[in-house]
Amino acid sequence: MPKVTVDGVELEVPAGATVLQACELAGKEIPRFCYHERLSIAGNCRMCLVEVKPGPPKPQASCALPAAEGQEIRTDSEMVKKAREGVMEFLLINHPLDCPICDQGGECDLQDQSVAYGRGGSRYHEHKRAVTEKNMGPLIKTTMTRCIHCTRCVRFSEEIAGVDEIGALYRGESMQITTYLEQAAKHEMSANVIDLCPVGALTSRPYAFEARPWELKKTLGIDVSDAVGANIRIDSRGREVLRVLPRVNDDVNEEWISDKARYMVDGLVKRRLDKPYLRRDGKLVPVSWNEAFQAIATLNPGNSIAAVAGDMLDCETMFAAKKLVGALGSSLLEGRQTGMDYDTSSLAAVNFNTTLSGIETADAILIVGSHVRWEAPLVNARLRKAVKRGAKVFLIGPEWETTFGGEFLGEDLSVIGNLPDHVWETIRDAKRPAIILGGAALGRGGLEAALSVGEQIGIVRELEDGTTWNGFNVLHMAAARMGGLMLGYAQKGGLADVVAAKPKVLLSLGADEVDYTKFAGSMIVYIGHHGDKGAHAADVILPASAYTEKAGTYVNTEGRVQWADKAVFAPGDAREDWTILRALADAFGVSIGFDSFEELRSAMISEVPALGSEGLADYGSDLPAGGGSASGLIAYPVKDFYMTNPIARASATMQQCSAELLHGEEIAETAE
Amino acid sequence: MADRYIEPDTPELRARWGNFAWTEANAAKAKDIIARYPEGRQRSAVMPLLDLAQRQVGAEENTQGWLPIPVMEFVATQLDMPIIRVVEVASFYTMYNIAPIGRFHVQVCGTTPCMLRGSDDIIAACKARGMKAGHITDDGLWSFTEVECMGNCASAPMVQINDDNYEDLTAERLDVVLDALAKGETPKAGTQEPGRHTVEPSGGPTTLTAMVTENHDYRGEW
Repeated sequence: MPKVTVDGVELEVPAGATVLQACELAGKEIPRFCYHERLSIAGNCRMCLVEVKPGPPKPQASCALPAAEGQEIRTDSEMVKKAREGVMEFLLINHPLDCPICDQGGECDLQDQSVAYGRGGSRYHEHKRAVTEKNMGPLIKTTMTRCIHCTRCVRFSEEIAGVDEIGALYRGESMQITTYLEQAAKHEMSANVIDLCPVGALTSRPYAFEARPWELKKTLGIDVSDAVGANIRIDSRGREVLRVLPRVNDDVNEEWISDKARYMVDGLVKRRLDKPYLRRDGKLVPVSWNEAFQAIATLNPGNSIAAVAGDMLDCETMFAAKKLVGALGSSLLEGRQTGMDYDTSSLAAVNFNTTLSGIETADAILIVGSHVRWEAPLVNARLRKAVKRGAKVFLIGPEWETTFGGEFLGEDLSVIGNLPDHVWETIRDAKRPAIILGGAALGRGGLEAALSVGEQIGIVRELEDGTTWNGFNVLHMAAARMGGLMLGYAQKGGLADVVAAKPKVLLSLGADEVDYTKFAGSMIVYIGHHGDKGAHAADVILPASAYTEKAGTYVNTEGRVQWADKAVFAPGDAREDWTILRALADAFGVSIGFDSFEELRSAMISEVPALGSEGLADYGSDLPAGGGSASGLIAYPVKDFYMTNPIARASATMQQCSAELLHGEEIAETAE
Repeated sequence: MADRYIEPDTPELRARWGNFAWTEANAAKAKDIIARYPEGRQRSAVMPLLDLAQRQVGAEENTQGWLPIPVMEFVATQLDMPIIRVVEVASFYTMYNIAPIGRFHVQVCGTTPCMLRGSDDIIAACKARGMKAGHITDDGLWSFTEVECMGNCASAPMVQINDDNYEDLTAERLDVVLDALAKGETPKAGTQEPGRHTVEPSGGPTTLTAMVTENHDYRGEW
């Protein structure tokens, strides 16, 4: 723990800290471009210069200088001021003065820091360098003349994403950042380089010239495109969501989000259900809310009613539907739309117990039936960190391109039961072994077989430091899954039980992955926001809100309860889901015990107290014994990363990504 | 060298170089080079392998050799490294040619010592033969680059042609060298000054004269 003095204030900094970090601990702001907490240190922008004694009598790059005992650091001296002005002037030599037409304007590090630390004018009168635009695919727009060569994007794609595709060609003044042969950046987190870029060289292509940052209303939300529950900021103007950006949450998403989470929002204005529909003579016709409810009131389902929850639902909606179905005397609730029927009696057995940040510390990981890159790109980044720390990874399932190496053991579930000797020895002898079970491995006895492996190696154990390690993880794909399970959206036999009960009325809460042909005899009341598979099969459509249009509670795959706010209003006649369910109760002539969102929420919390506080819900660490054997070929449920939910399917950007990046269609030239 | 650009990746280029593979002799050399680096650090061999590949390309098309994109890809596959990292290396170091090149790459030093000793004449002599930057002469013989200091200031002016330096040049001496090269001969590398051996002082030593023939202890004279 070295003691250093920053601007006359003595403080102790953690061993291994850099001078820059020491200055930050002392509350000093150090300007920087290339330095980023989550990337390796490059030290090439020189903006973080400070004066350090003892040392050479010249300013030093604080980001790359270890803090040492007895250092006297000055961030406010004349030397530092001049050094910053000098570096800033150099950086601006080749930077164009095109801020008025630059999308980064208003949230640009270079702009802010040149105001704060630069000199008033430039002494450079020669020609500026110009660099050709580079194609980086449908998501990243490039204006490489603006690039200041901080190499954050290069380091991100190499270190975090694990896909070496961006590089710096040529040298010196001619240096250019580009992807290999200007191919599109092809990984699931590629657009994070837009946030990392401190200037306007890499900007968002779908969001190009849409808005200025100061025009936007910023709402804190939770991403629903996968079960990770990434923390997002929803930027909206008027009634339209213009973009989604990640928020920093070290426990969940660090500061990244997947491209799908970021760019599916343009689907929020397409294919929307904005008025109620009734099926008359086989055709859906638009009607008023009154007509819709009158039609529903004639249904008289009695207790023959069931609810199927979609993948992107908030807990409040599911709770309101549960109350409604319960008031009618039914308990047919299901959220696993594709018919999975794994045992949910112990929530700890279907939870990501190591926590998302904890998986980084695992030293042996067995992944069964999960295409992690597509099912949870952010977990994939964590796994890569774990492997960098020395973890061994084994995978069961069809091969996919991992970014962390790993050994594929086979495609059949039965491999869980007879692991090869070296795999068995590795996970048995590991200090922190972990198993990750994906959706493709939960059924057909996979969960039980994996639990039994976990039990044999003692996957729940006391670590040397006295903490409990529970390495048994289930990686879900639906944002609503853990919340649904906590609220009882699971039948013993899965969806088949609901089918077998032949309910007179089926409430489909944005459930778009269900095979509705099995519900031919039921009246399907679809409460959702997109005209997707569910709406096609529906007899009554009640337009509801998407995740940006309602406040809600979400529980991610590690059981973390998170709250999201409402960013915009739903379009047209669409309403928030809970109000529709409340009105349905009146239509059915039952009482469900709440009249406002607050009442709903407090009723929910009194029934499931864990939903009442943000943070990890406690499911205990006792795992059921498991046992039995599993068999069957593993087939990953996600066939197309960009098309997994109705919002993404409606999104032009996601369609373009799917066509260009996954299906290799020729790049459509933009008419710019 | 702001005018360095990678030769575009065209179907013709793929057709010509797409099935590039080591010759037997070079395959052995490549194996030897890779073996120099410790296990897990084979990527370090990227620079010597690129050089070897460039020489093989040169031998195949009778030029100084250059690195077409498919050849860089071949090297990347050999070392199991991302292709972009190979391209970064190849585009950074100017001794890798990343666009087609003539049989002789004439690199004329134009830095101050050479300039003072007449590099302008050397450049003019090159231009007279039709050489200009980023261009191969019609006969396919010459490519020209003006470069910065090559460290031969004691025998300035100098040019570097492929692997050899030619020093103490005048326009006439350069013509002799270039004519010889064009005829397929191998002119003497190094200084072209008659009577000069390497970079010893022209006209004999002016200091430490007593040391020329035998070891002499100067210390007593200080």
